[in-house]
Amino acid sequence: MRETPLSNCERQFLLKAIEEKKRLDGRQTYDYRNIKITFGTDYGCCVVDVGKTRVLAQVSCELVAPKDNRPTEGIMFINLELSPMASPAFESGRQSELHVTLNRLLERCLRNSKCLDTESLCVVSGEKVWKIRIDVHVLNHDGNIMDAASIAAITALCHFRRPDVGIQGEEVTIYTPEERDLIPLSIYHMPVSVSFSFFQQGTFLLVDPCEREERVMDGLLVIAMNKHREICSIQSSGGIMLLKEQVLRCSKIASVKVCEITELINKALENDRKVRKEGGKFGFAESMAKERITALKSEIAPVEMIDIEEKAEDIICRTGAPCDTVPSPVVRAPGTGQVGEGLQNAWGLDEMEEEEEEEEDDIEQGGPEKQPESETITSKKGDVVVISDSEEEEVVILHQGVEVKDFREEMSSGQKQATSASKKKKKKRKLAH
Amino acid sequence: MRDGPNTHVGSMMDVAVSPVLALRKFGCEQSLLSRPDGSSSFVQGDTSVLAGVYGPAEVKISKEIYDRATLEVMIQPKVGLSGVRERAQEHCVRQTCEAALLSTLHPRSSLSLILQIIHDDGSLLSCCLNAACMALMDAGLPMSCLFCGVTCAIEQDGHIVTDPTSQQEKESRALMTFAIDSAERRVMMSSTRGSFSVNELQQCVALSQRASEEIFQFYRDSVRRRYSKTL
Repeated sequence: MRETPLSNCERQFLLKAIEEKKRLDGRQTYDYRNIKITFGTDYGCCVVDVGKTRVLAQVSCELVAPKDNRPTEGIMFINLELSPMASPAFESGRQSELHVTLNRLLERCLRNSKCLDTESLCVVSGEKVWKIRIDVHVLNHDGNIMDAASIAAITALCHFRRPDVGIQGEEVTIYTPEERDLIPLSIYHMPVSVSFSFFQQGTFLLVDPCEREERVMDGLLVIAMNKHREICSIQSSGGIMLLKEQVLRCSKIASVKVCEITELINKALENDRKVRKEGGKFGFAESMAKERITALKSEIAPVEMIDIEEKAEDIICRTGAPCDTVPSPVVRAPGTGQVGEGLQNAWGLDEMEEEEEEEEDDIEQGGPEKQPESETITSKKGDVVVISDSEEEEVVILHQGVEVKDFREEMSSGQKQATSASKKKKKKRKLAH
Repeated sequence: MRDGPNTHVGSMMDVAVSPVLALRKFGCEQSLLSRPDGSSSFVQGDTSVLAGVYGPAEVKISKEIYDRATLEVMIQPKVGLSGVRERAQEHCVRQTCEAALLSTLHPRSSLSLILQIIHDDGSLLSCCLNAACMALMDAGLPMSCLFCGVTCAIEQDGHIVTDPTSQQEKESRALMTFAIDSAERRVMMSSTRGSFSVNELQQCVALSQRASEEIFQFYRDSVRRRYSKTL
């Protein structure tokens, strides 16, 4: 689906408003929208809302072999998905430029800043390390996906708990959550990215652009920083020329914002930790707003079971008797099977029309396991697999003396041959009638 | 011979049915995303699915159908890329939606339904169906009937459980999901796994039809609440 283009008058209106230091939603130049962080039931799952932009992050782990050049380090894999739900312009499958840019920015922000201690993820050096996988899904695009994604990713990493591992000599035991408590990842610092949008060739600057502002901006400056005022990554795109003072000013603004955001993240993590410890209810079900008119929750609903059995019996009695079950295939010679001889034609078609059904490729019931496999052998051994429509062809049983090597053959490779073989069987059945 | 309806967890149990025969707590929120034309979040116990609908909108020429709207369903799992399992679920949801939607009212248009799995704790396909129906309602797309999804699991000892958790699903010997329509409570779609007798199947269908009453009542309550200020 294509994005509706931005009209000229809308563009002019936005630019004029920005020149007069006004924003569409009434924010000041350096104001962020409301940031809301909610956690899910399992560890490592969180949803972050920056205004109306909504992003879901999930962290998962598995044991894999390490990279050859880094045998003692764990692996961190970051994947950001632009869900087609987020915007009509996003299409699944196709990697648009925005998708690549965001992925690369997020990777630089998290991986190159070394916020996660990968050495601690090593279990057996050179053989088994933890692979931490971060999946970020963008659910609603209302501008500034980058910031929301970075907040979601680092929050999910801090929230995540991995299973405990015990090593005794050569044996490695992974304990289940019931046996031993899950342990958190070791995070050195929390990088958060802040986006600055520039208008009118760098004259005007806005922090946290919304979707409309993003459409009319000239360039974007993304600074990823942690609360210790260390810049983790910095990227300027759009081709605007920025002065040194502008970049320094932006980094100062970013450090203030990052401190606030980091505090918010820590508070959210603390709240969630408290709720889980006290045994309260947690998860998305609980965080759903109850007072909203568009939301409704119901209690546990019982299902009446009074006369289910009678009703079921009634239905079964009323339905007609099932057709005769097909007997197991008869094996005439090794490598062939025959089904249906002597049975009445239950399809309600006469002989002439049945020939036209040669083109269908339905595999009959009654021992489906044995049939296709035996057909596979037949077709594989014979070099004559002719799919012909001619009715006059004689059916030939190939290779009567062949040894049946292995019945456990790949079904997928044998499908095509099974189809042609089943056609042969139909012809055979016709001849037998 | 048989006790009254089971209203409490853990009360007297019947012979062939599990003591806990209830649907988990469910909750729904509509219009929670600003970009999609219709969106909803459906929560069943801990299973949560977010649905977004775009449409009717422009359709690619290669996908257009001359007399009806083209419905596309995408199910996105939380971890990893979507694979064969998601394709199968998408197929089930699409067949159900196409049966319910009046797609002939929007020829040469596209309807996109995107489902994001937020958390899977059992009964995922029925949660997807419920979220899809609420999102289609929220988008205002014309439908001939509403639909809901109900999952039943048959445990090893023959007990039937409705709306199972993922633990119950793992231990069950058969799992069935039915899509029931609101007009005549008939089965629109069924997806099953495992082995079961004809009798058990009919019992589960009858059970699902009973359970769908609760879900449709919940739909009605949600919509009534939503439009209570305007009507």
